[in-house]
Order: sequence, then structure tokens, then C-alpha cells
Amino acid sequence: MHTIARDAAAPDFLLSVEGLTVSFDGFKAVNDLSFYVDKNEIRVIIGPNGAGKTTVLDLICGRTKATAGSIRFRDIELTRLSENRIVEAGVGRKFQTPSIYEDLTVFENLEISFPRGRSVFGALAFRRDAAVSERIEEIAEMIFLKDHLAERAAFLSHGQKQWLEIGMLLIQDPELLMLDEPVAGMSVAERRKTAELLHKIIVGRSVIVIEHDMKFVEDIAHRVTVLHQGKVLSEGSMERVKNDPKVVEVYLGH
Amino acid sequence: MFADYSLSELGSIFVMQGFAGLILFSVFVLMALGLAIIFGQMGVINMAHGEFMILGAYVTYFTSQFFQNVLPSLFPIYFFVAMGLAFLASGGLGIAVEWALIRHLYRRPLDTLLATWGLSLILQQVYRSVFGPREVGVELPSWMMGSLPLTDVIEVQINGLFVMSLTFVITLVVGLMMFRSRWGQQVRAVVQNRVMAGAVGINTHKVDRLTFGIGCGIAGVAGSAFTMIGSTGPTAGQLYIVDTFLVVVFGGAQSLVGTIFSAFTISQAQSTMEFFLSGSTAKVLTLLAVVGILMLRPQGLLVLKIRR
Amino acid sequence: MERIGFLKTSEAVGIAILAALILIVLPLGLDIFRLNLAGKYLTYAFVAIGLVLCWGHGGILSLGQGMFFGLGGYAMAMFLKLEASSPEATKIQSTPGIPDFMDWNQLTELPWFWQPFHSLTLSLVAVVLVPTAFAFLIGTAMFKRRVGGVYFAIITQAIAAILTILIVGQQGYTGGINGITDLRTLKGWDIRTDEAKYVLYFVNAGLLLAAVAAAYFVRQSKLGRILVAMRDKEDRVRFSGYNVANFKTFVFCLAAALSAIGGAMFTLQVGFMSPSFVGIVPSIEMVIYTAVGGRLSILGAVYGTLLVNWAKTSFSESFPELWLLGLGGLFIAVVLAFPNGLAGIYADTIAPRLSRLLRRARPALGGTVPAGAPAE
Repeated sequence: MHTIARDAAAPDFLLSVEGLTVSFDGFKAVNDLSFYVDKNEIRVIIGPNGAGKTTVLDLICGRTKATAGSIRFRDIELTRLSENRIVEAGVGRKFQTPSIYEDLTVFENLEISFPRGRSVFGALAFRRDAAVSERIEEIAEMIFLKDHLAERAAFLSHGQKQWLEIGMLLIQDPELLMLDEPVAGMSVAERRKTAELLHKIIVGRSVIVIEHDMKFVEDIAHRVTVLHQGKVLSEGSMERVKNDPKVVEVYLGH
Repeated sequence: MFADYSLSELGSIFVMQGFAGLILFSVFVLMALGLAIIFGQMGVINMAHGEFMILGAYVTYFTSQFFQNVLPSLFPIYFFVAMGLAFLASGGLGIAVEWALIRHLYRRPLDTLLATWGLSLILQQVYRSVFGPREVGVELPSWMMGSLPLTDVIEVQINGLFVMSLTFVITLVVGLMMFRSRWGQQVRAVVQNRVMAGAVGINTHKVDRLTFGIGCGIAGVAGSAFTMIGSTGPTAGQLYIVDTFLVVVFGGAQSLVGTIFSAFTISQAQSTMEFFLSGSTAKVLTLLAVVGILMLRPQGLLVLKIRR
Repeated sequence: MERIGFLKTSEAVGIAILAALILIVLPLGLDIFRLNLAGKYLTYAFVAIGLVLCWGHGGILSLGQGMFFGLGGYAMAMFLKLEASSPEATKIQSTPGIPDFMDWNQLTELPWFWQPFHSLTLSLVAVVLVPTAFAFLIGTAMFKRRVGGVYFAIITQAIAAILTILIVGQQGYTGGINGITDLRTLKGWDIRTDEAKYVLYFVNAGLLLAAVAAAYFVRQSKLGRILVAMRDKEDRVRFSGYNVANFKTFVFCLAAALSAIGGAMFTLQVGFMSPSFVGIVPSIEMVIYTAVGGRLSILGAVYGTLLVNWAKTSFSESFPELWLLGLGGLFIAVVLAFPNGLAGIYADTIAPRLSRLLRRARPALGGTVPAGAPAE
């Protein structure tokens, strides 16, 4: 299915998705899907609505259980792990609509994401020490929210909420970062800042991004995967994908 | 527990208890239909549903009194009049309650639960003050009394048969309304996408009010049926509310077929076990089984796997 | 904000005011009958505090807290009943040495699960452990399968109903509808005297203050913030690497353990335990105590419990028929008009005025006001 001419078993893939299928009551939202993500690669997934993009991310992060197929991250099989174990393995996921804790402050939002004291009793014993505060401030600086740490997250603008959620992932330093439409609903200025942020944070990790904004995609993508009806329609550089007649027909042509 | 009975005796026991279970099933179905419509379609937990049912029962009682004293010649058909009045009374109260209370609480299901519980306490006290604390029973017209012998050991009561046919008709009507009428179409539209439904010109407030009213009205009819198997008192409704909620949850809140199926399973299990065990043990075992199954299948028995 | 241990100054002042009220004002102001009544109300406050954490902060509404209150109370009552059923005291029975209700129900020996309750230590362990283990069982089964919201509420309610039916039905083992009554002594110490009632009141008050402190400790820890986070965005917590089910189970068990301690203190102070404290109606009434106090406020829960019960007692003494109307109205009012209960009203109206007043009274000290805010 996949169009990259490479050995599937090659060890330098960070993520190998093979034969992945999930069906909802007979409807196959993702159908025998395979693709591979390299270390330090930025992969953008595009496709028309209902192509199964978000479902693929759901499957990788464990929100939806696969009907068949395998997802290997490093040498760990993710399909059998619970969500929190997948996070511990090093996969971070941002949702399409900002998913933050509105009743808590920005600082507390980041603190909860800080990867320590994740068990019940660990959380009871957790102390806010210098290392925690330093790291939170470092991240807050990066996501442009340094002056908002004491503010309740509910009062942030839409774009700031998106950044906060990205920050909540960054603080965990995941090896694979998955972003679902990170610039949707943002103003032009916010969009520019987000692109800048993404360029900064991709260093040393792999990123999967779902995005509709073609300009943005061209700007950041190393490689693009086009999904259509739960399958890979085309894959490769943006240039290649853009000129693929199949893609033009189902997606770009509209 | 079966050892003391011969095979044919066992067969008769199952048939008779099964039949007794069917009357319970009828009340369950009528109660649960109203609840399931309100909960499944609107996400509102109506803990006062039992009190809406009891209002129907009181209406039935007073109608029977009225016919007995004023129009004795028409007494044989009073029940049909009573059912209509019960539907109107409970439905009307439902619409009033939706306007005063429920419409402020959409999207806060846990709060609807507490508020309607408060409503149920108030209604109980009102019934006690207005109708008296005494339990009342209706007198059935003569054609509903007696029983039909099926074999020499098995006989079935006529009023039971009547209640069941009634339930069947009402269920059919509700099903038709849900899937054939304009109201049903609008309800389903609102459930799927409230904002969009509003945008295409459906008056969602009106649909909600009507839905709540119809759900409560059906509870009133359940109250009419209830007068045949139990006596009516201010707190009689409360005894049924937990069972009925289990019926709804067990059947899968979105599914009317599931509701009927689960009402059947629960009432039959309880009724059959009641013959062999004490009433309380039968009830404990039934509820335990339901809770146990719900823990294994929290989404209910008959719910489609849907894309999140 | 300054801190005293793990408490903010304002919280410490709030606890001190509550301590002054229940340790000094109430004992001095009330006769022993009324004080015993207040002690009984305070046992419900344990349940309300548990609900603040579980429901207010964690968003998990349990309509079955009466189960845990009852189980704790029954465990205590079983010990006291065995002590009251010594062979000498029960020699007129056909089987001396077993509780009277067993004898009436033709039991001829003590059932196995009553045996451990000969020991006070084992009984005290059971007071906390049995309800907590029960909560763990329910919590694990439900939360692992992601049952939440109204489904959880309804299922806990159903389980409370089952437990009540079971207790009422198994008369010979449980004392049936009357419950376990006629409790007399604790290790030879008569718990029915006025002196004992005073002592038990203070033990109860001390335990309640400890429970309040424990609740504050949990709330100020990261676990407390994770509870709020779970209530807001459960999936985000899950995808931040937490096992959400474990956290929910923990807070549910904690609420159960607190309720159980309240139940045991109820038995000691009131002298009996019956199914009427286990089922659906008491369970949901305990939710209303919490809601009246303010579902997010630990201290509010205590005040709410005292206030609603005080109102209930005074109303049912003079106008019994009005009480249900009042209670029903209360349910509706706290949901529609006062979602944050007394604590919310306090925070919105009294607290600002109080701070203005204090600032004017002590202009030299600046704006630091030790408002004993029961609110967040």
C-alpha cells in the first residue's frame, strides 16, 4: 500500500503502522493502512473530510482500539497498551479543539503534564520544587505564555489555548508528537507564530500533523501522506503529491 | 429449588409466573418508554417520573369514582376515558415542569437528576396533602374481571391481557411517532445536532417541551395500567423509579427496542424467581445480575458501536 | 499566599473557626440532648466531605454513599451487639449468647461472618476496610470500563437499593428492617450515659476535624488538581499519562472510608444502626447536604450538613408536612439558583464586605485579610 520503496523491517523507523484496520459496525474508517515515520521526520497527513485522519491519530494514541493490524513505536507494540502507557512510551497527542483544563491556571495546566508523580500516591506526594518551576517557565516562554502563568486557562484566547496544549505536550518531551489541526481557527498573526513554534519544537523528535492549510503544510512538511476513504492515496514530498493525478481528483481539485 | 416439582408442574409455573411477569413488564415498558425518550433523546434524568405515573393513577381513580357515581351506565368504558385524561394530566404537568425547571438544565444531566428528585419530593407531599395519605384502589368494570382458563392448571387474568394489549398499542404508537411523524423526525434531528437543527429552522425549545410532555404523558398512561396491579398512594411511584432506570440503562438509552427487550428480561427474571425464592431475594438477584451485566457492557445491551 | 503547613492562612482560619464552633460553642450552648443531636448531624458531615472531593472536585456523583455510611455503622453495631449479647444477658433466649434478633429468627449459632466482630480491633479495622474494599470493587469495575456521569449515579443508586433489600430481607443475619438495636456498652463502658455522650461527641468532633484536614491535604496536592482536571477534560488527563480509573477509584474509596467513619460514630452516639441509613433516600439526602454547603467547599459541606439537619429537625417537630416541600425546594434551589451553595453565597456577598470592613478597621495592616472563606 505504501509508496515508499523501502524495507518495512528497516530498524530506523520510529513508527511503523502496518495493515491497520478499524471498523465501526461494518464501516471501515481505516482500511488496511500502512505507513512509516522516520526519526526526526515531520509528516503531514492530509485528506478530505471523513478520510480517517483523526481516526489514525486516535488509533496510535490508543483512544480507539484497532480491529486488525499493528502499530510499532520503536520496538513497542502500541495496539495492546492502555493510553497512559502509550504516553509513557513517548507519544504525545494534541486534540483538534483545544483540550486544556479551564478551571486551573496555566501554571497548573503545565504542572499536571509534568512527567512525574503519575501514580495515585505519587500525585499525593508530588512537591512543586525548583526543577518543576524552572521547566514550566522554560516551556511557558517557548509557547508565548510566560506572562499568563497565574491566569485561569479559561480566560486565554483560542490561539493561546492551542499553544498551551502544545506546551502541555512539550513538557513531557515526547519522541513522537501528534498534532491535529494545530492552526485551525487561528488569526494570521497567531498562525505565523505557531509555525515558528513548530519549527522550534520539532528538533530531535518526530511529528505527525493533520492540516488543511496547504500553505502551512508546504511550509513545514518533510513528507505528506494523503488519506482517502481510510487508505493511503498517495505519499511523498509535497511536490510529488501535488502533482499526483489521483490526489488532484479527490482533494486538491475541489 | 426445582426438585420438589414435576416437569409439567414446572411448565405451568413458568407459564403462570411468566404471565404475571408480563403485567409487570407492561408497567415497566410504559414507564421506561417515557424515561427512555426523555433520557435518550434529551439527556435529562427525570427522577420524578414515578410521580408522573402516580398522577395518572390518581386520575384513573377519580375518573372511576366519577363514572361510578354520576354515569354508572358508562362505567364499563370509563377506563378508556381515564387513560386519555391521565395522558393529558401527566403530559400537561410535564410541559409545565419543562418550562419551569428542565429547560434551565440542559447539558447538566447530574443536576437534572437532583432537581427532579426535589420535584418528586414536592409532588409526593402535594399528593399526600391533596389526595390523603391513604392508598386507594380502583374498581374494575365487570368485563375486565375474571380469568380465561387456558388448560386446567393454567389460567390468565383478563385485566392482565388488557394491560398487555394496551402496552402493545402504545408502544406501536410511540414507535410510529418516533419514526414516522414530523415530531419524531425533529426530535431525532435535535438529538443528532442541536445547533444544526436550530439553524435549519426547527424550534428546538418547542421540540424539547413536547418531548418531555409526551414522555410524562406516557408515564400517566403507565399509571392507569398500574392501578390494575397495585394500589395508588403518594409514594408508590418512587418504588419503581430505580428499577425503571435500570431497564432504560440496561436496554441502551438510545434504543427503544432495547428498552422493550430489557423490560421483558428483567420483569420475567424477577417474576419467575419470585415463585421459588422470597420476593426480596428474587429482586436482589435480578438487580445484581443487571448491575453485573452493566459493568461488563456499560453501553447497554443493544447499542451500536459508533464512531466517536 | 502565606501557608501554615499545607494550608493557606485563610483555610487554617476557617478550620479554626469550625473547631471553635464544634468544640466550644456547641458544647457550651446546647444541653446534652441537643448536643447529641448535633453530634449525629456531624456524622453525616463525614459523608458530605467525601462527596465534596468525589463529586464537587472529581465530578463523580455517587448516589450510594449511604451504603458506606451504613456498612461502617453496621460493623460498629455488630461489635456492640455481640458485647450486649453475652450468654448471661441473653440467658432467657433459646440459644443464649447470640443477638436477640437471631434467636427470634430461629438461628442457633452465630453466623461465620459475625465471628470477627467479637474483637474490637478487628471491628474497627472492618469499619474502614469493608466499605473501602466494597468501594474499590465497584470503582474498579465501573471506572476501568469508563462508566461515568449519570450511569455511575444510577448504578450506585441501584446498588444501594440492592444492599437495603438484602439487609431488610436477611432478618436473621442483620436484624432486618429494625436494624441492630439495643446497644449498651463498649468494652464495659456504658455508652448510654450523658457522660459517655459528651466523650463520644468530642471524639466525633476531633475525627471530623481530622477528616477536614485530610480533605484539605488531598485537595492541595497535585492529586486534587488532577481531580479537577479529570472533571474538565478526562481525555486530556489520560493522554498526559495518567491512569484515570485509578484516580477515580482512589477518590471514591476515600469518600467511602470517610463515610464509614461517620457511620461508626453514628452508631456509637445514637445507639443503633438500621437500613434506613443505607438506601436511596438517605444517600441522596447526603448529596443535598453537600450541595447546600457548596459542592466545592470542604467547610461548606460541614455547615450545610448542620444547617439542613437542623432545619429538618425543627420543621419536622412543628410542621412535618412542610418538610418534604422544603427539602424538595432545596434540591431545586441549589441546582437552579445557588450551584455553589452557602460557600458561593459567602464568597459573593459576605466575604467582600468582610474584607472591606477589616481593611477599614485595620488600615495600618494593609490588605491582608484572614477571611475564613469556606469557598475555593
